[in-house]
Amino acid sequence: MSFSATEPTRGTKWFAGIAVVLYAIITLIPLLWIVATGFKSPADSISYPPVVVFEPSLEGYVNLFTARTRATEDMLEAAGPAVTWYDKITRNRGTIISGPSRYGERFMNSIIIGFGSTLLCMILGTAAAYAFSRFKVPLKDDLLFFILSTRMMPPIAVAIPIFLMFRNLGLNDTHLGMILLYTAVNLSLSVWLLKGFIDEIPIEYEEAALIDGYTRFQAFYKVVLPQAATGIASTAIFCLIFAWNEYAFAVLLTSGTAQTAPPFIPTIIGTSGKDWPAVAAGATIFLVPVMVFTILLRKHLLRGITFGAVRK
Amino acid sequence: MKIKLMMHAAAGAMIATGALADGHATDLTLCWAAWDPANSLIELSKDFEEQSGHTMNFEFVPWTSFADRMLNELNSGGQLCDLMIGDSQWIGGGAENGHYVKLNEFFSANRISMEDFLPATVTGYAEWPKNTPNYYALPAYADVVGWTYRKDWFERQELQTEFMDTYGYALAAPETLGQLKDIAEFFQGRDIDGTTVYGAAIYTERGSEGITMGVTNTLYNFGFEYENPNQPYDLNGFVNSEGAVAGLEFYKELYEVGTPPGSSNWYMGENIDAYRSGQVAMQMNFAFVWPGVEADETVGGGNSGYFPNPAGPAGQFAQLGGQGISVVSYSDKQDAALEYIQWFAQPEVQQRWWDLGGASALRAVVEAPDFAISQPYAQTFLDSMAIVKDFWADPAYADLLIAMQERMHNYVIAGEGTAQEALDGLVRDWTEVFEDEGKL
Amino acid sequence: MTVSPIDRVAAKTPSGVARRIKGFSDRTIAWIFVAPTVFLLLAVNIFPLIWTIRLSFTNFRVNRPNNDVEWVGLRNYQRILTDPDVWNTMQATAHFLIWTITLQVLIGFILAFLINKKFKGNDMWTTIIVFPMMLSPAVVGNFWTFLYQPQIGLFNYVIAFFTGADPASFSMIGDVHLAPWAIVIADTWMWTPFVMLICLAGLRSIPDSIYEAAECDRASKWRQFWTITIPMALPFLMLAVLFRGIENFKMFDLVVQLTGGGPGNTTTLTSIDLKREAFEKWRTGYSSAYAVILFVTVFGLASIYVKALNKVKER
Repeated sequence: MSFSATEPTRGTKWFAGIAVVLYAIITLIPLLWIVATGFKSPADSISYPPVVVFEPSLEGYVNLFTARTRATEDMLEAAGPAVTWYDKITRNRGTIISGPSRYGERFMNSIIIGFGSTLLCMILGTAAAYAFSRFKVPLKDDLLFFILSTRMMPPIAVAIPIFLMFRNLGLNDTHLGMILLYTAVNLSLSVWLLKGFIDEIPIEYEEAALIDGYTRFQAFYKVVLPQAATGIASTAIFCLIFAWNEYAFAVLLTSGTAQTAPPFIPTIIGTSGKDWPAVAAGATIFLVPVMVFTILLRKHLLRGITFGAVRK
Repeated sequence: MKIKLMMHAAAGAMIATGALADGHATDLTLCWAAWDPANSLIELSKDFEEQSGHTMNFEFVPWTSFADRMLNELNSGGQLCDLMIGDSQWIGGGAENGHYVKLNEFFSANRISMEDFLPATVTGYAEWPKNTPNYYALPAYADVVGWTYRKDWFERQELQTEFMDTYGYALAAPETLGQLKDIAEFFQGRDIDGTTVYGAAIYTERGSEGITMGVTNTLYNFGFEYENPNQPYDLNGFVNSEGAVAGLEFYKELYEVGTPPGSSNWYMGENIDAYRSGQVAMQMNFAFVWPGVEADETVGGGNSGYFPNPAGPAGQFAQLGGQGISVVSYSDKQDAALEYIQWFAQPEVQQRWWDLGGASALRAVVEAPDFAISQPYAQTFLDSMAIVKDFWADPAYADLLIAMQERMHNYVIAGEGTAQEALDGLVRDWTEVFEDEGKL
Repeated sequence: MTVSPIDRVAAKTPSGVARRIKGFSDRTIAWIFVAPTVFLLLAVNIFPLIWTIRLSFTNFRVNRPNNDVEWVGLRNYQRILTDPDVWNTMQATAHFLIWTITLQVLIGFILAFLINKKFKGNDMWTTIIVFPMMLSPAVVGNFWTFLYQPQIGLFNYVIAFFTGADPASFSMIGDVHLAPWAIVIADTWMWTPFVMLICLAGLRSIPDSIYEAAECDRASKWRQFWTITIPMALPFLMLAVLFRGIENFKMFDLVVQLTGGGPGNTTTLTSIDLKREAFEKWRTGYSSAYAVILFVTVFGLASIYVKALNKVKER
């Protein structure tokens, strides 16, 4: 089989491999720079000229998770000697920890809203995609285009009425409000993607199931869903990435209770100026869940993303 | 139709189940910008929580989105904030649109006198209309644009000599804007301990209010006026006066000859970074950064000096920053909120506020005999607070600010047109805003 | 498993009516499945849109709750369409759109083509390449300001290393000529992987048998590329362009964090301008009209595009 006409030659493979690896390395540099900045001391992070070799420090991570106050001498005395390693780091800067920072809460909000909306979006999207794929829905094409068109609206454009509407409904700055909002925004993409996946599942499987006495619901649940799992997984990645990282709505519609991490991270400030190590630490930690999610589902990501919408 | 019905039903349900805050121990929420002094306020407020039994919650929004987020909240009648430490420019809108509670009665009932506060802060943070005894806030954080410089560099013998030879006067904290530019030019591109350094970090930010807060420092001192002193909202010849044009040209020149490359979108944070990392000899910034500079391991501890915004041909002024604390009229916990203000106004609390790194506007604190020597920057702070001027505080301030941001950035940074054109354009923009407002 | 004969008959009956015998009818199921989606989209997208359209004919301002709201007809639209500043933001947006899409499609396709050569470990490297698009655009914009700093950022030093130029001699976000490219570079860095994935899907959807047939006909590799690979992958490429086009037309977070729209107005994209009008100047009526114009523009362009896409698909 290795002599198949379509199998690339060894040389081609080598060349392709080297080119791709080269690109990957270049594209990773900014990312690695972010991760590295998280482990720099504040002075190193803004060192002029920039330093590549530095003494690693956890100050960024300490600053990310704590709120600190600049301490007067008597406050330092009253607080007694530093006990923990993180206390020592902040004492060195003449500050004492006054409590946890908001980052933990913001991160949890992102988890709740990101995964909540992805789940809801998958449930609604799969159902709708199935219906569009299998049934005669009146005005199907128009409805499908309508669904896609909702994604064309700039978020800023609808933010004012959404803000007023959410306020009337008591949804402003709530997890539920943001979950519903992100689900709605993501539905267009997921319905389109999922419809493509479901279109590819031979209709004969369901016919057989129906003949075996399954109801439509059962056929959908027991036959179609397992077949569509790959597609659902890869669609879920895209929905999660969007909901996880969304900024415009989050910055305008959330504040105290339901604010997610993206509007929060760029604004982390230290005792003077921007605390780049803490910002970088926040960005690094924030990247981990989607990264893990993507790596776990990478087979589906690559195999599944056939964007059935264009495949007939 | 259905949607409308549903909305009504939901709104009804909201009102029916809406939390009714009453009782003695209340959860108060205070809204402010997310910055260094805010952390100090949390520390300070622990005392209030102990005394009153109320619980304080804080909602801090970063400067760049502070106005958007909080004005959004106020405009929609939101109940998130009971207390608002809003920017000085919001006072007009806060008063005219009924966002803030008028505090006159409360002040007189509790013997809080505005006479006890620095006059500039009362005018700047509390009064609307300006210069009338109608108070909508208590001065909470006094702030002003001033300058920081690298004393350790300025004191170097070889630089002293070279500067004297070139400019004919001693290298020291500048007293005039002309000297400031000389010094910036002197340091620009200079090699100090093996790295190339630059003159000064100045405000150039485009998105929120940065360049306006910077450029006004030279505009004022060259003769810019917001309006005809005798006829409100008469702009032509004041905003774009000859002096104003010279002041704007000066700022652009300073930007071109004395600032680090790439400092085209800098505000408070970027300036601090540049200063702390040893890129610049001088830094324009609000006074709130000074405690941080003093505590810094490289530029602090006596390596830095401070000076107020230097004089220009038309006088010496500095851009006012800072905020007053107001009670939000949509809050249903106004009594507890007023309690907080009452507590906050006490001299002991104000003294501790300064000690913690806050900036008190109470005269008893800042005029105390040992205040000027309490910190290396204390005298500069006092001198600067005595020469402040502020931007418009009209309800339409945001429109006025955006127009100014655009005109100034287009001219100073992007190099479009002339200073005269920029200011003429600004007069047109502002006139249009005031016409829309029905003020003209 | 006992299956009633009636059901068997019913299932084989082509008409949907027969299936009503057991469970819901197809029609009902279709509605049950589609309704929540449609309802949610109506509530969160269409209802606000209608509200926006209504507001666009008024002089309403959110920050002037006490002012009377007047009906101003088409005045807002007229003001926007005759405003040269708006046209400037449209131009900035067009520059951003054209270049990001061109670069991303070009690089993305080449990458996909190379990855499709199935060298050892291509799966792992694909996953690594995809990382940048998982970051939050706001965080990316924020961090690239840092990377672009001539004195303390990495970008200028890397360029200086390869070209020998002085790192402080140019400023990506401070220079009117470079800033539009600064945002293109950051966006391309972030979103090329997305295009790459779509292209990869396209390439992998081409059956080997077609190449084998071409090989039998002794078609050169070059010819195969132009007559098989490109036409077969074209619908996917076009889909990538559609998605990136729509997303970048709305671009806000990355650029606002990166340049704030500056220097001057050189990177003020329409979304940034709209945000200033809506949430800084609070000209609600005016900005609603602005939003409607944007929506109509992107909707119109996308409709035409989707029609073209469908044509290509049918070929």
